[in-house]
Amino acid sequence: MVVSHKNPVSSAVSLVLTLFSTAVLFVLLHAHFIAAIQILIYAGAIMVLFLFTVMFLNIRDSELRFDSMNIPKRMTFLFLFIAVVGFLASKLFSSSPVVFPKLEDPGNFGTVAEVGRSLFSDYLLAFELTSVLVVIAMVGVLVIAKGRES
Amino acid sequence: MEIAVSHYVVLACVLFAIGVYGVITRKNILIVLMCLELMLNSCNLLFVVFSRLYEGATGHVFVLMSVTVAAAEVAVGLAFVVSIYRQKESLDIDLLKLLRG
Repeated sequence: MVVSHKNPVSSAVSLVLTLFSTAVLFVLLHAHFIAAIQILIYAGAIMVLFLFTVMFLNIRDSELRFDSMNIPKRMTFLFLFIAVVGFLASKLFSSSPVVFPKLEDPGNFGTVAEVGRSLFSDYLLAFELTSVLVVIAMVGVLVIAKGRES
Repeated sequence: MEIAVSHYVVLACVLFAIGVYGVITRKNILIVLMCLELMLNSCNLLFVVFSRLYEGATGHVFVLMSVTVAAAEVAVGLAFVVSIYRQKESLDIDLLKLLRG
């Protein structure tokens, strides 16, 4: 649905739906903290950013015409992807299914404490680098979006 | 029937394929960015699945990093969209041929 809508707003709403479904899958996989993060950051912040940009640009319907349906081209890609995914699925389902093992400590896996302990001990450097990256991105966005003074 | 690992892997592949399909076929730059998000999200799903399979928090940490990077990337991408729209008055990516590609 994200790819098939012509209007970016409908696309964004479909994307929110997809992200929520993925968050539900994260909960099923005992990744409660990641599910919360997914909803907060993806479905909250990023989608608000998208919708805000759509609103900010104030696009008229006539300007969306260029994205015309090129049916043969799209059909070719669609068949290609169905073939690839079908091949993959047949490969994966033909072997005996790998079932998730029982958790040793189901109350602790995927909690904020567990993820935080790992994040601030083993991956401290990566965490700090990510914060630097976010600062750089923020400054870059300000520079790009401000444009030239003229 | 119990949900096995392969179901999640196939779902992630399908999501990724839909993302690639959108990036290749759509011309609206906003929708291309959204499809990029879809692809990143399918990778996150795989990280979480294998983190559950091997019972470690490493996958969760990676997902946190990737969500942060995705947020930064979207912010930069949308800034580009705004500045391109100011110049070209259009969201068509076919108009972006400054590099004569």
